[in-house]
Amino acid sequence: MCDTCGCGDPEVVPVEIQESLLADNDRRAEHNREHFRRHGVTAINLMGSPGCGKTALLEATARAWAGAGRLAAVSGDLATDNDAERLTAAGIASRSITTGTACHLDARLVHRALHHVDLDGVDLFFIENVGNLVCPAIYDLGQTANVVALSMTEGEDKPLKYPVMFQRADLVLLTKTDLEPHLPGVSRDTVIENLAQVMPEPRWLALSAVTGEGMDGWLGWLGWLAELTGTRPAQASSPSPSEAPEAVAAG
Amino acid sequence: MHEYSIVASLVDRVEHEVRARGASVVHRLHVRVGELSGVEIDLLETAYETFSPTTVCAGATLEVERVAARWGCPRCRRELVAGEGLRCPDCGKPGRLSQGDEIVLQRIEMEVA
Repeated sequence: MCDTCGCGDPEVVPVEIQESLLADNDRRAEHNREHFRRHGVTAINLMGSPGCGKTALLEATARAWAGAGRLAAVSGDLATDNDAERLTAAGIASRSITTGTACHLDARLVHRALHHVDLDGVDLFFIENVGNLVCPAIYDLGQTANVVALSMTEGEDKPLKYPVMFQRADLVLLTKTDLEPHLPGVSRDTVIENLAQVMPEPRWLALSAVTGEGMDGWLGWLGWLAELTGTRPAQASSPSPSEAPEAVAAG
Repeated sequence: MHEYSIVASLVDRVEHEVRARGASVVHRLHVRVGELSGVEIDLLETAYETFSPTTVCAGATLEVERVAARWGCPRCRRELVAGEGLRCPDCGKPGRLSQGDEIVLQRIEMEVA
């Protein structure tokens, strides 16, 4: 009630909020993170364009990782279960998150999927995000690290066009290096220079899921991260890129 | 287009505040959106215009303040200029974002009876 003149009109008041519009997602992500921590699981949020090779990378990871530990995954897909089926066939216990028209995974969707995933004994848990270089970048899912796959066929300027995505990557994987001989207009050096324009501490690995080039470095990074998660559970959610193993190149 | 999800969060937050304070009408919302937040202001405004009329925010104006990205050296405190590399030219330390990645609901103007 207006108490200035006693007119009886309602009063317009400013109410200070000062809260992130992602606060609800971030709370749920922290819950997921606690869930992963309790199970000693290292969770990777794998992002990248549609067709950049995320699923092929995970299939190759399963082949190379065989016997070294248990892998599990959830795959975000707008309309099919194809990716989860491919991962299951490759030996990764997988589940689809069908997002319908949603262009990204959020912490709530991942949490719901986690109710159906047995994390006991799992060492590495991959969250294969919806193929998209824009929307997934801003949603914390509770992951240990963000990994962005960028295929050589996508061109050199993707980091400049999608700075938010690359800025939030703990590691960038340059995939499909086996196709480089067929891409005379694409220079790996230029891609790396562009990464340094948007990432203060660019960390990258070049690899091919087809030839196996670079897979050792990727497995080394995963092993390093898993050790970090297991031995230092109170560590901040993201690993420090400056501590990355030597196989990972700094731009 | 995740701007619809952001608007849904915005409306939820406003609804919560309206209920908590027994407000009758919402007049204006003030939101700050960083250049590197991953949210496009034009799309956010379109999403708000589309989504808000059937909610507690019906008729309320959305005021969006765009926040430029600022990078600084965590050691020397000097500001780094985007486009000239994100490492400190003096000490070589990787830069740190000091502002420009936020999506914040700052203030709600509403009628309280």
